[in-house]
Amino acid sequence: MPAPTGITRATLLKDLRLEWRSKDAINSMLFFSLLVVVVFSFSFDPNAEESRHIAGGLIWVAFLFAAVVALNQTWAREIRNQVLDAYRVSPAPANSLFVAKALGNFIFVTVLEALMTPLFIAFYQLRALGPAWQLLVVALLGTWALVVNGTFFAAMSLRTRSREIMLPLLLFPISIPAILAMVQATTSILNGEGARFWIVLLVTYDLVFTTVCLLLFETVLNAE
Amino acid sequence: MTETAPVISVSNLIKQFGRFAALRGVTADFSGGRLYAILGDNGAGKTTLLRTLAGLNHPTRGEFTVLGQKKFQDICHQVGYMAHPSLLYDEMSGLENLTYFARLYGISDDSRCADVIRSVGLDPELVRPVGQYSQGMRQRMSLARALLHDPKILLLDEPFSNVDIHSATEMVRLLARTRDQGKTIFVVTHQPSLLEGAADEFVWMQSGQIIGRTRELKPPEGAH
Repeated sequence: MPAPTGITRATLLKDLRLEWRSKDAINSMLFFSLLVVVVFSFSFDPNAEESRHIAGGLIWVAFLFAAVVALNQTWAREIRNQVLDAYRVSPAPANSLFVAKALGNFIFVTVLEALMTPLFIAFYQLRALGPAWQLLVVALLGTWALVVNGTFFAAMSLRTRSREIMLPLLLFPISIPAILAMVQATTSILNGEGARFWIVLLVTYDLVFTTVCLLLFETVLNAE
Repeated sequence: MTETAPVISVSNLIKQFGRFAALRGVTADFSGGRLYAILGDNGAGKTTLLRTLAGLNHPTRGEFTVLGQKKFQDICHQVGYMAHPSLLYDEMSGLENLTYFARLYGISDDSRCADVIRSVGLDPELVRPVGQYSQGMRQRMSLARALLHDPKILLLDEPFSNVDIHSATEMVRLLARTRDQGKTIFVVTHQPSLLEGAADEFVWMQSGQIIGRTRELKPPEGAH
């Protein structure tokens, strides 16, 4: 029986290699986020004070929509040439695949965030009045919340006819508590208020949904 | 298990897709160490039978055992499956593909991948991505993937489609050699003449049922 961690590692490296060669997900995400930053910046033209109140919502909505692009791509590769069937007939555990896919998406979205955040700061003249390091915690927890559910629902909508529409329809409603926590935490930190409650909410959300996804993924993977 | 004991036993297997019955009560025993050619028109149920034996389709009714086990998970490392699509990543080379799939079976010896690529008549040093292979090369690489973990049972769906006659003959020789090593091989094909002299038995399917089994490439009575 192959070691689950070894399979997760091999699958993650394979996905990173495929993305490095094709750049399908990262390019689409970057262009999409860039458009959001520029379009909203010109539409609102906010001053620094206004920016602190709206930036949390703008940033996370941009990342949420951009993440959907990556999430759709992640499984699209597996159904091309029906490669997923090769995984299903192997003794590799289903959850190794899920964890690898979720980690891969986490890396892609984190890279996007790292590239886009300086642009957000520049366009919206952002400066945190609260502890800025907490923004990093919120970003990591929030990104995991998006990708863990996104990876699961993208797999679930894999065999549906209009899967690119199905994913946001399934993902967005269930992500509302996480998005609320991400936006509120970001806004609070930017305005110099405490974000402890929202961070605890994000931690709880991540734990609950990661567990549920791990418990249900095998059923989703082997569904006809 | 002796060579003549049934390695696969199928009893009243029914598989429905909605209201369409792809398999209508298939009952058969298949002995070990033999090469079976499964023949029939399009829609006869050949691929569905193979996918069911590979654990990819769940039977609607009936049951089957593979190597004495009812659960596919218990014997999946003993079964090699080759589908009509390649089950390979187009963006990676043959060796990269096989190295990844080897990890899924707990094989860490990369020389095994190179050996199996050579055994199907391809060059493991070929750096071209599989997407740029000819159809014949892709089919052979797909066969290499199925042979990678040295399975006792091989389920091959249309391995010779779009393969030139020379390569197809080479593949048949390889399959005959593999059979001679005690493996059991099932080949779904629309080119049965290629297997004349190599196959031990021709299994004829029609409308989701096995209508006959012959030693020679000669349709049973009642087949159309």
